Amino acid sequence: MAQQIKMHLLVCGGTGCRASESDQIQASLEHELKVHGLENEAKVVTTGCFGFCEKGPIVKVIPDNTFYVQVKPGDAREIVEEHVIKGRKVERLLYTDPENKEHVADSKHMGFYRKQIRIALRNCGFIDPENVDEYLARDGYQALGKVLSEMTPEDAIKIIKDSGLRGRGGGGFPTGLKWEITRKSVAEKKYVVCNADEGDPGAFMDRSILEGDPHVVLEAMAICGFAIGADAGLIYIRAEYPLAIKRLKIAIDQARNYGLLGNDILGTGFNFDIELRYGAGAFVCGEETALIHSMEGSRGEPTFKPPFPSVEGYLGKPTNVNNVETFANIPPIINKGSEWFAAIGTARAKGTKVFALAGKINNVGLIEVPMGTTLREVIFEIGGGIKDGKKFKAVQTGGPSGGCLTEKHLDIPIEYDTLIAAGSMMGSGGMIVMDEDDCMVSVAKYYLDFTVEESCGKCSPCRIGNKRLHEILETITKGQGTMEDLSKLKNLSHVIKDTSLCGLGQTSPNPVLSTMENFWDEYISHVVDKKCTSGVCKSLMRYVIIPENCIGCMACARNCPVNCITGERKQVHFIDQDTCIKCGTCLEKCKFNAIAII
Amino acid sequence: MTKIKSLAELKLKKEELEKKLNLREKSNEPDKYIQIKVGMATSGIASGAKVVMDFLIEELNKRGIDAVVTQTGDMGYCYAEPTIEVKRPGEDPIVFGYVDLKKADEIIEKYLKNGELVEGIIPVNYESIDE
Ligand SMILES: Cc1cc2nc3c(=O)[nH]c(=O)nc-3n(C[C@H](O)[C@H](O)[C@H](O)COP(=O)(O)O)c2cc1C
Ligand code: SF4
Ligand code: SF4
Ligand code: SF4
Ligand code: FES
Repeated sequence: MAQQIKMHLLVCGGTGCRASESDQIQASLEHELKVHGLENEAKVVTTGCFGFCEKGPIVKVIPDNTFYVQVKPGDAREIVEEHVIKGRKVERLLYTDPENKEHVADSKHMGFYRKQIRIALRNCGFIDPENVDEYLARDGYQALGKVLSEMTPEDAIKIIKDSGLRGRGGGGFPTGLKWEITRKSVAEKKYVVCNADEGDPGAFMDRSILEGDPHVVLEAMAICGFAIGADAGLIYIRAEYPLAIKRLKIAIDQARNYGLLGNDILGTGFNFDIELRYGAGAFVCGEETALIHSMEGSRGEPTFKPPFPSVEGYLGKPTNVNNVETFANIPPIINKGSEWFAAIGTARAKGTKVFALAGKINNVGLIEVPMGTTLREVIFEIGGGIKDGKKFKAVQTGGPSGGCLTEKHLDIPIEYDTLIAAGSMMGSGGMIVMDEDDCMVSVAKYYLDFTVEESCGKCSPCRIGNKRLHEILETITKGQGTMEDLSKLKNLSHVIKDTSLCGLGQTSPNPVLSTMENFWDEYISHVVDKKCTSGVCKSLMRYVIIPENCIGCMACARNCPVNCITGERKQVHFIDQDTCIKCGTCLEKCKFNAIAII
Repeated sequence: MTKIKSLAELKLKKEELEKKLNLREKSNEPDKYIQIKVGMATSGIASGAKVVMDFLIEELNKRGIDAVVTQTGDMGYCYAEPTIEVKRPGEDPIVFGYVDLKKADEIIEKYLKNGELVEGIIPVNYESIDE
């Protein structure tokens, strides 16, 4: 009887898992299969990110969907000998449910995946991104074929408009409308640009799509080219994404070889080709006008809009800029129709959104959920709740432009408008969860650190204003803030928002304003009581000795690095607050619970 | 690679390629398909479970029946090896014992195609083998 492949061992080849040797796992698995003469029965496939990077490297066994986490190259033998040969799952490598501490047999039973609907990520962790044939097998380039052979550009634009798709890069502009405007701009040359700059701290949605399913972006850009009347596409990608760049290059070559990019695509006479452009990784270069200037070789600084890129963009020509995730939704919409897409999500927000879930949460990772999912579902069901059983405090969405939401917002559905109404925004998909140990003033300061660093300096409200905001926050965290500082903080924030040139400055005070709105008490306790209740602001912490408990053993004094503890043997000791550097050593050394933080 | 010159050619190409991904597609939505689990513990392998499994995969494929065939460890019915568990979409799973090639053929033809029960069913009082 002819042998046939009855098992696929999917090994994650995303950046996260590669960093912990997933390529060696793949080699070891292949080796073990060979040793046991199973090359014709089981096959090892490299895929993109499964979204579960923190527990990586991931190996998923098909057809039983067994999901192995934190696999090491040395585990390959056991996987082959136990699972492939004997059908017994390797228990110790299974994911452990954070709540009931039980092993979960397969990915279909993992809370992390159950509420997800994957459109943009549908091929990530499913196909080999370096093999165009696997993309083709999953309807790859069918949407392009359909558009080129059976539709007019106007038809294609109408489908995208009817689907209700809005930009996933942060602004949320209706995609079909943008295409239509660019189509109507008359010019002999136009451009399609894919924004793969992804500068939000901690965000990796776009990287994962590019690494896990590069062809979807190429196909969508070609569709966009046809719709707006462009024959050239450019992908602006940050140079720090080497794996994504490599896979894009491979994908472009493969698409050209099949005649899916280049001249006379699919015999329709339509020409379209794509090139890569590299960014140095400045956050502001993700802003579309700055991005275009950077591609033109000028300084990556934003300029005033209008003119919008759709009218005057790259080299002065009409240019349609869309985000990676926005593009990833295009082929499925063309294939399945606008009604299909519009039926997912809510009345006001269609489809899904990818989020990079991070912070004090059990399941850190990349997720895709339908619009309208609540923050509670994301954090407590998909995310598996707060780490170490701590108490939820806040969730930050929208990155440096967004805001912090609280307990009372947990049940609002995730939509563009509801998040804005709550004082935050959708942004590009960063979602950071905070617990009782996080100080919200420090969180605001952290985002300002980022903004001050990333401001291009072109206009003064952003350049000088954000620096001032940062200084005031610094003063408050040091315990030297006044009530007047709080009102200054608020007023200045509004000035910066109203007078900055680009989106960076216009949104940079949001983390300050939203934390002031939702955590006013914390600002007050820093300013009035000089206390940081979360114990984060070191300057506001005091290590003190509790006289009733101190037996005078001298352990603390001997270990204090700055010798600020005094006291005779068998006498109560004393900490000199002016010299104490709050290192915590004394607390650790005292065996009599005689040191407290107040 | 030869160029793909039309939408029709692209569609043919897809049909040719999608077979290779079939295994993954089906396991992505296992509940839509017939699911068969073959007991492959040591005793199972010794008693011919592997041959039965290969036979099932091959024949289901040939006879155009979409099914997800997985192997599982000891099913706890060593006396009746090889054992297989069959679950038709929306129905409760059924375990068959002493499955040789002839029995496997009968299960495909009668139970899988027409839902007709065949001999050799082991009464079960649990949901599924590994849950
Ligand atoms: C400071 C700043 C940074 C931005 N960074 C990105 C980015 O990294 N990726 C992105 O797609 N859009 C970014 N944008 C939004 C882009 O200007 C633009 O709106 C987007 O690429 C349009 O695509 P979309 O409509 O598909 O979302 C940024 C905007 C601002 C103001
Ligand atoms: S708002 Fe900030 S980042 Fe934007 S142009 Fe002005 S200085 Fe540059
Ligand atoms: S280590 Fe504790 S008990 Fe000993 S002297 Fe210091 S505070 Fe007192
Ligand atoms: S916190 Fe550090 S510096 Fe301060 S008293 Fe304790 S040991 Fe000394
Ligand atoms: S990189 Fe492997 S799961 Fe994300």
